[in-house]
Amino acid sequence: MRLEIKDLHVHYGKIEAIKGISVTVNEGEIVTLIGANGAGKTTMLKTISGLRPVSSGQIIFNGEDISKMPAHKRADLGLAQAPEGRGIFVGMSVLENLEMGKYNRKDRKSEMSEDLERVFHLFPRLKERISQVGGTLSGGEQQMLAIGRALMARPKVLLLDEPSMGLAPLMIANIFNIITEINKTGTTILLVEQNAQQALQRAHRAYVLEVGHVVKEAKASDLLNDPAVRAAYLGTGAH
Amino acid sequence: MADKKNRYNIRDHAATYWENSPKWRRVSMSIAFIAFFYALPFLNNPLVNTPGSDFQSVLFYPVGMYVLMAIGLNIVVGKSGLLDLGYVAFFAIGAYTMAILGTHTALNFWEILPIGIALSMVAGVLLGTPTLRLRGDYLAIVTLGFGEIVRIVAVNIEAIGGPRGIAGIPTPPDLFKAKFTILDPKPYYWVLLTFTLLVIWMVRRMAARRPGRAWDAIRQDDDVAQLMGVNTLKYKVWAFVLGAAVAGAGGVLYASQILSIVPDQFNLNVSILILACVVFGGIGNLWGVILGAALLAFTPERIRFLSQPRILVFGIALVVMMNLRPDGILPKKKREHFDPNWKSVEESGEGEIK
Ligand SMILES: Nc1ncnc2c1ncn2[C@@H]1O[C@H](COP(=O)(O)OP(=O)(O)O)[C@@H](O)[C@H]1O
Ligand SMILES: [Mg+2]
Repeated sequence: MRLEIKDLHVHYGKIEAIKGISVTVNEGEIVTLIGANGAGKTTMLKTISGLRPVSSGQIIFNGEDISKMPAHKRADLGLAQAPEGRGIFVGMSVLENLEMGKYNRKDRKSEMSEDLERVFHLFPRLKERISQVGGTLSGGEQQMLAIGRALMARPKVLLLDEPSMGLAPLMIANIFNIITEINKTGTTILLVEQNAQQALQRAHRAYVLEVGHVVKEAKASDLLNDPAVRAAYLGTGAH
Repeated sequence: MADKKNRYNIRDHAATYWENSPKWRRVSMSIAFIAFFYALPFLNNPLVNTPGSDFQSVLFYPVGMYVLMAIGLNIVVGKSGLLDLGYVAFFAIGAYTMAILGTHTALNFWEILPIGIALSMVAGVLLGTPTLRLRGDYLAIVTLGFGEIVRIVAVNIEAIGGPRGIAGIPTPPDLFKAKFTILDPKPYYWVLLTFTLLVIWMVRRMAARRPGRAWDAIRQDDDVAQLMGVNTLKYKVWAFVLGAAVAGAGGVLYASQILSIVPDQFNLNVSILILACVVFGGIGNLWGVILGAALLAFTPERIRFLSQPRILVFGIALVVMMNLRPDGILPKKKREHFDPNWKSVEESGEGEIK
């Protein structure tokens, strides 16, 4: 078992955004958290990667409780995130963004060219844009860069926050294909999405979030056929 | 369309020329440049003459001192994007260290200098470690408060002269036959210039290496920098402490030249003016900041003959300038496309802050 979140509570000031969520991500899986805007998906990922403090509950990674560990140390342990809104360093080139991805890797020098190759193999577009500054990339290219940069750290678990946000349908399909491909090479993935259709097609298991609670947990393919889920998140329910 | 965006930028052209120059030309240009600045006090030209105070004094203070401080503050504000409104505090700590130890102990300037720098750095750690966890606006307010607190504490401690400050601060001992006296600002200027060159060398080295890359990342997105494994607090504290060290060194030298200091010299205006130097010159770009500080410090002295309205004229000039060139005189390089000469983190080697 790679990542286990137990009875997590997270607050913004007095407002409780996560109200006791438990999520398990097993090695090799794609697990998705789906839910409407404001359900707490981003807060979950930020808390797992250490950007938000835990009010109570545990985050267990490889058997170790990391809920008090600062974010940069969690990155060293093998948690990498492509954040919501992509979080590209707009003043850095594509190459520099990718280099930042392994800023703290012990063997970054010897690993660099191999990992760049791997990322460019997944995203040939990034190779064409290697010297372009991050801020001048298109939305889709930025998303590729965000994922590629996260992969540079050779993560054990990859956290993806709405990779489809703001992208054209063709690009969305492209990105999700690559997510599946990344998972097949052995990277465990926790995927947060509002685009439930795509996410459920790609994931092994899924959790449905509503205002800080998990309201449903099931195999992704089951949720895809669940009438209530279809009505609420897939827009193809009882018309 | 693209042409309109790529406005003529002296900084970019100069950088390109520099990068395309062979090594011998770079070295000889550097030497000529440095020699020019060491010889600057001997420049006697009606264009630069400053009525009221002589050019050599103005060169040391305010011009040289503001340049040094602006370079130091640029590490904090320009490189790592932390708004520090109390930078004068570190200058004051350096100056008071010189004043107190100089008048109460047998230590001379050169012995007090490292102590003054160290105390400023300690103050930087003490202020930085708790406050650098805060985001932008809070940091600005806390540092502003700190700047004022240091001054007010100095006013209220009778043992260090209270509001009357400290007089009779000793001058540095002779160095290579140069005598440090109140009558001759040249040796002070040369020491100051040497400090400044050392700081420039240090800042350039760091900017090209891992700390520089970490500061870049932090400035652009602190959260994402953490996700990349950057210990952002550590690098922010380091930026703060290096900035403090530079101001501390400036303070020690300043006190040894001016011979007596009072707390009111270290007021908020100084912090704001140094910040103005950084912004005016081109935030984040070392050469812009140097030029900005030199101009902002020199102009009010040069137009002293205007007496009363001079600050008004100066203010209008500032407003006009910032409208014409909102990014400063020499803005930081706009990197639309990757520059193949830019050394990557890997090529440039380590330089890790421990
Ligand atoms: N910085 C913040 N300050 C206060 N409340 C916030 C902040 N960020 C998110 N929230 C609140 O927390 C809840 C969950 O938000 P979020 O995790 O962004 O949801 P999602 O990613 O599912 O859209 C929302 O009610 C939102 O308003
Ligand atoms: Mg979100």
